[in-house]
Amino acid sequence: MTPRTLYQKIWDAHAIAPLGGDEWLIYIDRHLLYEVTSPQAFDGLRAAGRTVRRPDLTFAVADHNVPTENRAGGLAAIADPDSHLQVATLERNAREFGLAYADLAGPRHGIVHVVGPELGLTLPGATIVCGDSHTSTHGAFGALAFGIGTSEAEHVLATQTLPQKKSRTMLVRIEGTLGTGVTAKDVILAIIGRIGTAGATGHVIEYAGSAIEAMDMAGRMTICNMSIEAGARAGMIAPDDTAFAWLEGRPCAPRGAAFAEAIAQWRTLRSDEGATHDVEIRLDAAAIAPMVTWGTSPEAVTTIAGTVPDPAAEPDPARRGQIAHMLAYMDLEPGRPLAGLPIDVAFIGSCTNSRIEDLRAAAAIARGRHVAPGVRALVVPGSAAVKRQAEGEGLDVVFTRAGFQWRDAGCSMCLGLNPDRLAPGERCASTSNRNFEGRQGPGGRTHLVSPAMAAAAAIAGRLVDVREMA
Amino acid sequence: MMRPFRTLTGIAAPLPIANVDTDMILSAAFLKTVSREGLGKGFLHALRFDADGRERPGFVLNRQPWRAASILIALDNFGCGSSREHAPWAMLDFGIGCVIAPSFADIFHGNCLKNGILPIRVPRATIDALMAAAATAETATMTVDLERGSIDWHGGTIGFDIDPQRRERLLNGVDDIAASLGFEDAIAGHERRVEHEAPWLADPRLERIG
Ligand code: SF4
Repeated sequence: MTPRTLYQKIWDAHAIAPLGGDEWLIYIDRHLLYEVTSPQAFDGLRAAGRTVRRPDLTFAVADHNVPTENRAGGLAAIADPDSHLQVATLERNAREFGLAYADLAGPRHGIVHVVGPELGLTLPGATIVCGDSHTSTHGAFGALAFGIGTSEAEHVLATQTLPQKKSRTMLVRIEGTLGTGVTAKDVILAIIGRIGTAGATGHVIEYAGSAIEAMDMAGRMTICNMSIEAGARAGMIAPDDTAFAWLEGRPCAPRGAAFAEAIAQWRTLRSDEGATHDVEIRLDAAAIAPMVTWGTSPEAVTTIAGTVPDPAAEPDPARRGQIAHMLAYMDLEPGRPLAGLPIDVAFIGSCTNSRIEDLRAAAAIARGRHVAPGVRALVVPGSAAVKRQAEGEGLDVVFTRAGFQWRDAGCSMCLGLNPDRLAPGERCASTSNRNFEGRQGPGGRTHLVSPAMAAAAAIAGRLVDVREMA
Repeated sequence: MMRPFRTLTGIAAPLPIANVDTDMILSAAFLKTVSREGLGKGFLHALRFDADGRERPGFVLNRQPWRAASILIALDNFGCGSSREHAPWAMLDFGIGCVIAPSFADIFHGNCLKNGILPIRVPRATIDALMAAAATAETATMTVDLERGSIDWHGGTIGFDIDPQRRERLLNGVDDIAASLGFEDAIAGHERRVEHEAPWLADPRLERIG
């Protein structure tokens, strides 16, 4: 048999009918929904008199447009009428179509990409879709997981399938050991810096190598999460004992004999010896340093020891103009060292970096120190479960004593949609995934960093190399 | 139901920015809606309006004749970022039916097709020529013909490639969902097989999470 990649294996197991050309109808095992991109899909269903084919494979939670304070108040505590209507609409649609729904005030609530794996909805070998580009997160478990639009969400609701063209594949191999203070976030930012935000367009990335194998599931999810920022539709990692151990006992994961049977199957989910990827790139883990973005695209990134680039040094006029535009928006002058740049806000959260491991890394820096005067610092756990676990470990006390705000789960300041956002001109060290203009609020200036780097920046009141504080 | 696209004649507006992201096309502030309608007001909002909500007079879409533009000429990686279909809905509501760029982000490209917006990929050199023509009012009108796969512009006619399946669907405005429901046997057959071979995929026991 011809050697196959991990992607090809999952594709083959789900491609159920050829549609002509290189397009196939593929079966979808899990469909996740949230309040912002789903209402129009349900309206479409109703208008056509259709129903949800597999409500038992469909799960809904409100995360983007929810406040991160006063959670116990539930839906009633959402003051903004438009936000209230959006969350109420999701609740109503879930009820009407018989879908599992994680209530805002309930124990299972959280960011959809944090909750899916936590519940064991995310399983190796599954196809997983959600109307959100960071669905790529779930690929950390060896699933094929990708973001879809609202029309496609309607398609999945009605048919449990999607017409898809096969992607090309890119292998990103990271060998060696990460240095102290260097995290999965730095690895993915380094990859994006290397290949650019369109570097993997049309591709699914498979991450492999000893640095990935040594990484915990939170780190792997961070890496797969930001595959989309490299232009990829999905990221994936072959599942191994680290993944199986993480999944064991999750409410929706198989149990007992079924779990053992599942693991036996899951072990075959890896690229065969001799399977070829369309593109291969290699990174040396030891050469990666803590990273920080300086511009308004995730590829505008350098190390914390780096400086702001000089547009004058750029030969391509379009690129030169783009750099100059980014520097004007970010209010940065060419040649300025990034270390030492004063910040107004630090945000630790988002589906990229809000898991218990991320919070522990930030707390390790915050412990016994205090947020700099004038800096607003938020810690927003990715889910109610992460919040409970962190409180069980006393991390909330570490954070609040250090002057961080300790919030309820949600997307929060990752996007300027809910009440948590930057004011115009504010500069933020953020653990989220996008530094686009206005992403965290109109006029806000975002520097993407790891959780430890964000905590260090909060305490120093400026961007700083976390390795000087450890 | 997908809107059909056959030909479009209109003003082309140059947008010489690479990596135009979906936050730029329609920022999060406009996502608090449960409808697809009326999003044109938020289209490229930060480029069209200043912080006080006044029009930026220098921006191309605030000038004549480009206020009525129906074609956008843009640079690489157009539509990157979030999967929000609100971005193409906003474009459509504003009146844009076609975007011509050297490359598009995957999800955005698919979302355009679903809404009867034609994304056309052409080489960078062609973009530069179209961009220059679009920047002058007298030469900004173009005709995009999907059936013939051509763009008629001031400088002549150029061809473009598009996947034949996608072209057919756009021309005819097919109902994708009805087409997929036609594969009921294949879908049900797959579901039976998974129940047997990977029962954990077939039944996540969602009742366990209440
Ligand atoms: S945390 Fe940010 S990136 Fe993640 S799902 Fe929410 S808004 Fe999207």
